[in-house]
Amino acid sequence: MFSFLTPAVPEIFMAISAMVLLLAGVFREKDSTNILSWLTVAVMAVAAFLILNMKGSGTAFNDLFVVNAFTSFAKVLTLIGAGLTLLLINSWAHSENAARFELPIIVLFSTIGMMMMISANDLIALYLGIELQSLPLYVLAAYRRDNVRSTEAGVKYFVLGALASGMLLYGSSLVYGFGGTTTFDGLATAIKGGPDSLGIIIGVVFVIAGLAFKVSAAPFHMWTPDVYEGAPTPITAFFSVAPKVAALCLFLRVLVGPFASMIEQWQQVIVLISILSMLWGSVAAITQKSIKRLMAYSSIGHVGYALIGLAVGNEEGARGLLFYLLIYVFMNVGTFAVIMSMRVKGKYVEQISDLAGLAKHNPLMAAALAALMFSMAGIPPLAGFLGKFYIFVAAVNAGFVPLAVVGLLASVIGAFYYIRIIKLVYFDEATVQFDKPGLLTGTLMGASSILMLVYFVYPAQLVSGAETAAKALFLG
Amino acid sequence: MNNLLTTGPFAVGLSHFLTVGAIMFTLGIFGIFLNRKNLIVIMMSIELMLLAVNINLVAFSSFLGDLVGQVFTMLVLTVAAAEAAIGLAIVVVFYRNRRSIEVEDINEMKG
Repeated sequence: MFSFLTPAVPEIFMAISAMVLLLAGVFREKDSTNILSWLTVAVMAVAAFLILNMKGSGTAFNDLFVVNAFTSFAKVLTLIGAGLTLLLINSWAHSENAARFELPIIVLFSTIGMMMMISANDLIALYLGIELQSLPLYVLAAYRRDNVRSTEAGVKYFVLGALASGMLLYGSSLVYGFGGTTTFDGLATAIKGGPDSLGIIIGVVFVIAGLAFKVSAAPFHMWTPDVYEGAPTPITAFFSVAPKVAALCLFLRVLVGPFASMIEQWQQVIVLISILSMLWGSVAAITQKSIKRLMAYSSIGHVGYALIGLAVGNEEGARGLLFYLLIYVFMNVGTFAVIMSMRVKGKYVEQISDLAGLAKHNPLMAAALAALMFSMAGIPPLAGFLGKFYIFVAAVNAGFVPLAVVGLLASVIGAFYYIRIIKLVYFDEATVQFDKPGLLTGTLMGASSILMLVYFVYPAQLVSGAETAAKALFLG
Repeated sequence: MNNLLTTGPFAVGLSHFLTVGAIMFTLGIFGIFLNRKNLIVIMMSIELMLLAVNINLVAFSSFLGDLVGQVFTMLVLTVAAAEAAIGLAIVVVFYRNRRSIEVEDINEMKG
C-alpha cells in the first residue's frame, strides 16, 4: 500500500528517529547528549544499511525523489562523513562542557537535508533539501553561543548562505519560467536541442553560482575561512566533510541531468571556477597561521580539483569526482582528528606553530599527521595521489590538457604548505607538549592514516563502486 | 477581460513583472554588499531577494497557466519564515556577546 514510498524509506526512517530522539532528549531529566549521539550514529548506520540494501533505481513522491546507484553511493559517503564527525563532536562537547542534547539532533536534521538534496529530482525538492541542510548548519556554526567568534561565524555563514540560497532560487525561477517545468526530467526534454532562450542560460548561471557558494568554490568562497575558524573544531570537521560531499554530488546531478544539453554553456563556467579554486586554495593557504583557516583554504583547493571531474562532464570525470570525494572524506576526518588532539593541559590550541617538534613527544601522532599531509599534497603512492590521478587522467582523455596542467601546478604550490607542516613536526624544536590523544581521536587518525598509506595495494573495490555510481548517473 | 491593464498601450505583460522582480533582486543584493550599517537591514535585504523570486514565480505561473510556480512560492514563503527565525536567533546571540549589531563590528576574524 505504501510501496510508492519505498525509495525514501531511509530518509523517512531518519526523520522519524530524529523526532523520537528529540522527544527523548526533552523528557529525560539528566543530560543525555552522549547516549543521543551514539543513538544518532546508530540511526545513520541503519540508514546506510537500508540504502546499501536497495537494489536498482526508483522514484518516490511523483518523481520528486529519485534513487539509483549514484545517489546510494553519495548518500552512504555523506552518512560515513557525518557519523564519524558526530563522534568527534560528541567527545569534544563533553570535554568542553558544551554538551546539550540538541547537538546530535541538529546534525541529524542537517544530514537528512543532505540525503534529500542528493536525491532531489525537481527544483522544488532541490531547494527544500538545500535549506533543510543549511539551516541547521547556521545553528551549528553559532553553537558556542557565549563565544564571540562562534556567533560571528554563525552570522557570516547565515548571511552569505542566505544570499546563496537567494541566487539559487532566482535561477530556479528563471529556469522554471523559460523551461516551463520544475522537474529534472521535464527540463531535460524541454531543452533537449540546446537552450532556446537567454533566460534559461541566465537561470542556469544563477543556479551554478548558488551551488558554488554551497561547495565553497572560488570566487564564492569568502565565507569559508571565517566560518571554519570561528566554528568549534569538530563542527568545522563536519562542515568540511558531509555538506561538501552532498553539495558536490548535487552539483553533478543538476548539471549532467536536466542541463546536459547545455554543456557548452556551463562547461566554461565550471572550468573557470575550478581553476580559480585550485589556485586560490593553494596560494592563499601559504600565509595562514591558524590550522583551521589552513584547512579552509585546503578544502577550497580540493573542491577545485573535484570540479575538474565535473567540468569534463562525462562518465570518467564523474567517476574521478566520486572517487576523489571518497578519499577526501577519510583524509579530512583523519586530519581533524589530529587537530582535535592539539590540546595543551586540557585547552585546545589551533596555531600551526604549536605543532612544532610533535615528533619528539608524540611520534605516532606525528607519523599519522605526516601520512595525511603527504596524502593531501598528492604524493604517490598515497591515496590522495590516486584521487588526483583519476581526475587528471579524465581531464586529459577529454582533451582538457590545460586544465590538468593548472591542476598539477596548483598541487605543486599546495604541496609547499602541506610539507611545511611536516617539516615543522619533524625538524623544529617543541614549544608546547600536547596531552595524550583520546581513544576515539587516536583511533580515527590512526585508521585514516593507515588507509591513506595502504590504499594503493587494493584500490579496485572502491573504484568500482564509484564506477557503478557514475554509470547510473549517465543512464539518467 | 478587456480593460486598460490587459490591452492597449498600458498593458502589463510578463516582462514588466520580470523587470520588477529583477530590480527588487538587485536591490536585495546591493543591500547586502553596500550596506555598512546594520545586520537587521541585511536581513531585510535577504527577505527582499526572496520576495523578488516570489514575484517571478507567480508571474511565470500565471502566464504559463501552470500551478507549480504558485506551489513553489508557498514553499519559499514557509522556508523564508524559518530562515528569518534562525537568522534573528543568531543575531540575538551575537548581540549578547558583542553588544552591537553594526556591520563594522563583525570583525573578530579576518584574513
